[in-house]
Order: sequence, then structure tokens, then C-alpha cells
Amino acid sequence: MNNLLSKIARAGIVTETFKPLTDPELDRLGAELKAVIDGRFAGSLAIRQVDAGSCNACELEIAALGNPFYDVERYGVHFVASPRHADVLLVTGPVSRHMQAALLATWEATPEPKWVVAIGTCAAGGGEFGVNYASCGAVGNVLRVDAVIPGCPPTPTDLVRGLLSLISR
Amino acid sequence: MSAIRTAVNEERFAVTDRLTGRLQSLGTPEFGNETSRAGAVGPALLCPVGPDDWALAAEAAAAQGCRWAAGWGDAQGESWVVNALLEKSGDYLLLRTVLPPGRNDLPSQTPHFPGAARPERHVRDLLGLDFTGHPDDRRWVRHQAWGEREFPLRPDFPLAGHPPAVTAPDRGYGFASAHGPEVNEIPVGPVHAGIIEPGHFRFLAVGETVLNLEERLGYVHKGIEKLAEGRDPESLARLAGRVSGDTAVGHAWAACQAMERAAGVEPPERGLWLRAVFAERERVANHLNDIGAICNDTAFAFGYYQFSRLRELWLRDNLRWFGHRLLMDRVVPGGVAADLPEEAISAMPGAIATLRRELDELKPILDEGTIFQDRVVGAGVLPERIVRELGCLGYVARACGIGRDVRERAPHAPYDRLGIKAVTRSDGDVAARLYVRYGELLASLDILDQCLRRIEPGPLRAAWRDPPENAEGLGLVEGWRGEIATYVRFDGTGRIARFFPRDPSVFNWPALEKLILGNIVPDFPLCNKSVNGSYSGHDL
Ligand code: SF4
Repeated sequence: MNNLLSKIARAGIVTETFKPLTDPELDRLGAELKAVIDGRFAGSLAIRQVDAGSCNACELEIAALGNPFYDVERYGVHFVASPRHADVLLVTGPVSRHMQAALLATWEATPEPKWVVAIGTCAAGGGEFGVNYASCGAVGNVLRVDAVIPGCPPTPTDLVRGLLSLISR
Repeated sequence: MSAIRTAVNEERFAVTDRLTGRLQSLGTPEFGNETSRAGAVGPALLCPVGPDDWALAAEAAAAQGCRWAAGWGDAQGESWVVNALLEKSGDYLLLRTVLPPGRNDLPSQTPHFPGAARPERHVRDLLGLDFTGHPDDRRWVRHQAWGEREFPLRPDFPLAGHPPAVTAPDRGYGFASAHGPEVNEIPVGPVHAGIIEPGHFRFLAVGETVLNLEERLGYVHKGIEKLAEGRDPESLARLAGRVSGDTAVGHAWAACQAMERAAGVEPPERGLWLRAVFAERERVANHLNDIGAICNDTAFAFGYYQFSRLRELWLRDNLRWFGHRLLMDRVVPGGVAADLPEEAISAMPGAIATLRRELDELKPILDEGTIFQDRVVGAGVLPERIVRELGCLGYVARACGIGRDVRERAPHAPYDRLGIKAVTRSDGDVAARLYVRYGELLASLDILDQCLRRIEPGPLRAAWRDPPENAEGLGLVEGWRGEIATYVRFDGTGRIARFFPRDPSVFNWPALEKLILGNIVPDFPLCNKSVNGSYSGHDL
């Protein structure tokens, strides 16, 4: 127990907003994101992530948004388990044909108003995989997409920036 | 490239010699004295086998304690070439059979190697080859994206296929079922609750206790093998780095190694040391991620935050020094595409020492966390027998005391100069898998220190030379999940005719079905995370 408490004390708070910043841009983006979410979404934005055929690197970077450096929950962004709870679907991957029906069903299950954000070069335009017998390519080939965050994979900062540009429109 | 026999190598060849001798005694006409002249593919001795002896060869190999390491088919002109890679004590043997035009059946090797079951179904779905005597006639990677009589890897099948506007959801798959008032059937996926890849799990449970688990994968099949055809080496390496995004270095290295062996291109020393630096950095990042996630699945939020903090710092260093957080596209044919900058030479030893110190501090906290220990010790026990039957790899095998590690057993440069010892445990539970990874983290930090000490100035990349038609190569690399085996064959224009990457997950996914038995359904995420199979790398 002593070990644990002293480790907590020594690791301190690494969350980037409130200390001298290694990434000032993230801090600025986070503050802007929070302002928009507070004003337009009563303080919270619920996101459902759907991997529709990704290589999994996009997922790793989306998941990194929860680590203590980014900790996007403090801006009011949270990831939910069910599309029923979601305002936004973050979709990754060139949509594999085997995931097409599941993606459409997830979209159907998400209440209006809802946005679809295509995450990563694959979701934006097919990426390395493109359109083929097993892949529908871009998410836009399957669903109406409201915003695109390119990158292979996009960094967590790219993701915060992309979300901000979507919701402040 | 053919194997060179030296006195030192003599002993290593003894095992394969015994196997080839045994296979010769099967009386396979194509085999006989030709074997020694059949040559080698990468480090594997080539062993031609007649199609009718395909199962007999497997039986002989299984009796000798060989591991079935990979299987794939290759449509060449009118005939099919089918390969099965075997391993014993770090020696590899490639069984190969050629089917005459018009023949499309081959005896199944699954009765002798249970781990071959899904790979053979994969070949059947993509190539239309029947494996007679296969115990499972259900399709595997094929859902509904292409027809029952369409086979995407055949030369006459266009890359674009003939897909419908909307591909129907998978249906009619014959899941195992159980009847009785006590048994509940629980379907999960393909869309899961977390930020995770898609797949489907079908549980049969009595109360909370799991009686049976059946996996249904293939949801992220995106045609990687077909897409590779006609690519140049550079773009194949890019694709390989995306077979499984968390193994960008491992898969790209295996693909490049295969291409380099086919083309006779030797990467320069500095390129090899840098590949090891990237591969070990990838191993560290993923183990940190998974240890944190295992903590999270036991509601030990402290652990999750500490390990995800350490991982983030590590990835930021990757970006700063090598230009990409996950090191994608840094391993290229002939060498590497990123150098070790001065900044990294001076800062990396400090970062390594810091991480080592933090890990030393965190270890006793995990050990003392009684609630945490309660969840991980004794959960998801995998019997060693199953590891041997399925040919499990990486930390899944090593947590059951089986030290499979390419870096130790069949070391390629630069690991051959480092004398690596596989980290093992014997309990086979979630805790053992976690502590094997903990040991590997520390071992990787030592390897990184050594790489930094031994790397010399020099070129990063050798010039590429197109290999002759049908030149082939086999890449074998210890990715962070275990052995990656990648096969490449070139066409006559320096482009790729066949690419087959085999992720270690192929043999670890079936182990999850076994280790969950008798555990409670709510422990599934924890057990699953401790194995952490790749969906993308499996589905291809
Ligand atoms: S964009 Fe890149 S990282 Fe994301 S799924 Fe595609 S290949 Fe993977």
C-alpha cells in the first residue's frame, strides 16, 4: 500500500492542460473543445467507436485519448458501449464487406441527431486497401460521413483537432 | 538461396535429416534422393511430398514432435502448390506438394495437427481446395462477401470481385449448441462494447460458468493476400506493416526478410541493428499497453493509468526520434527508412533507465495488490498439452513453460549476436502471461541497451535487385505476439506473385477457446486481453 501511495504521489499529474505544456496545441484544442461541448451539448459528447475493418492502429490511437496525457473525458468527451447512447460514431478502417451490415446496423441504432466521423486514411479514402472483393473502401462509400480525420493512424492530437472542427461547425 | 552446411550447422540439420529420412521411407516417388537437391526456402529445408502422402508426412512429423507452423496454397498456372511449414528445435522444414492440373483435393493434415484446422479452412475458402478428412466442413474466412463457388485467390478471380451493393450479414454458420434448461447461449459481437476490433463469440454457459466458447472471425478480412499480387517490394512492405497495426515493425520485417532472401539482398549492419531497435521498441509499447489493459479489466485503475502513461512517453519518443509513433513504414526492403538521430543516441539510454526504474517500482505494487492478484492468479489456465497440440506462440506458449522464441531458437541477425534467452513461466494463467510480458519488457530494455552500444555508423539500406521469376523467400521474425512467418514469391517482373503473412494469433485464438472453459463469463475480457489475439492479422 505504501508503495502504491508513494508511486501515485511521485508520478503526480501528467495531464497536459494544467502544467507547463509539452504540447501547447493540445491544451488550446482541449480548451476549445470543452467550450463547444459545454455550450452546445450540455457538457458531454458521447462517442461510439466502430472498427469496420481497420488494421487496429487507428484503435490504438483512439484508445490513447483515454491515457492520462490526453484524458479527453475532462473535455466532456466519453466513449460509450452502445450506439444507443452515442452522439457520434467514430468509424475506422476501409469498411470490410464482412462488416458492412454490422456498421449499417450500428448506424441505424444510433439516435438522431448523429454524426459519422471517418478516422484514418483508410476510412477517409480506402488507404492501402482501397475497394476490392473484400473491402468497400472509404466509410463514405457506405454511410454519409460528416467529418474526416486523416492520418495513418491519426495521432491523438489530430483526433482532438478533428473532433473540434466537427462540433464547432 | 540454399542452405550451407558447416560443421557448426551439422547438428542443427540432424533433426530435419531424421525427418527427411523418415519421410523418404514413406516411399514418396518425388522425394527420395531428390530432397537434398530440393534446396531451401529461407532457413527452411524444402521437402517435396506427393499429394497422396500429404497426411502421412504430417503423421510422421507429428510423431517426431514437430510443430505445424503455417500452411498456404499458391495457384501457379494450371496447378496448385501447397505448403506446410514445420519446426522442431529451431529447424524448419517446408513440406511442399504440387497438385496436377485438374486435381483439387488433398488429404488434410488437421487430424495430426489440430492447429492446422483453421488455416486449411482459410485455404479452402480462398482457393477452393478440398482437404479430405478435415474434421470441420464449415467455411471460415468466407462470410457473404463472395459466393460459395468463387475463390478469390485463384488467378481468374478479379481483385474487384463481384460484390453485391450491400453485403448481407453472415448467416447459417453452424455454431455448436447445447440443449437443456440449464444452458444459456450468449452471442457477442461483431461490434463489441470497447475500442476494439470486431469478431463474434458464442458462449454456452451454465449460470456464469463457461461450458463452451466458439469464435467466429473473418469480419476484418480485407483481401490482403490478393491485394499484394503485382505490388513492388516497397509497396508490399507498406501493406505488410498494416497486416496488424500493432505489429507494424514485426510484419514489415518478416516481409522484407522474405523478399531479401528471395532476392539475395543483404541489409547492411546498421539497418539490421535499427530493425532490432524498432522491433524491441514495438514489443515494449505493446506489452505496456496490455499490462495496463489487464489492470483495467480487474478494475485496478492505478495500473491502467501508470502503464498507459509509460506507453505514451515511449510512443512520443518514437515520434520524436523516428518520425512515427507506431514506427510504420520504417522497415523497408533492403534496410530501414529512419536513422538513429544524435538526439536519440544521447537520450535513449536515459529513457530506458527511467522506464526500467519505473517498472521496478510498479512490480511490487502489482505483486502486493491482493484484489488484483485475486483476479489474475488461476484465471484462464491453459494446459501445456493444448499449447503443444495447437502450436501456440509467443507469451501464450512461454507462460506454459514452452520457450518458443525465434530470437533464441532460430536467431537471425542481429539477434544471433545477442544470445537471447526466452522468458518463461509455468502456470499458464493470466498472471503467468502477464509476468512473462513483464520479464520481456525488462529483457527488451537490455536488448535496446546492447543495440545502442553495438550499432556502428554505416549505410541504412542496401540497393534492391530484382530477383528472377519464381524466386521465393521465407521470413521468420519474433514479433511481440510471437513468431511471424511470411512467405513471398516473385513473378518475372520483380513484382509480388504471392504473399502470405502468418500472424502468431492464428494459433493463439483457438487457445482462448480452451483456456476460458470453467471460468465465468465476466472474466472473459480479462482472459481475452491476456492473450490479445490480432483480428486483422488473423483475418487478412
Ligand atoms: S488508416 Fe492506417 S492505421 Fe488506420 S486502419 Fe488504415 S492502415 Fe491502419
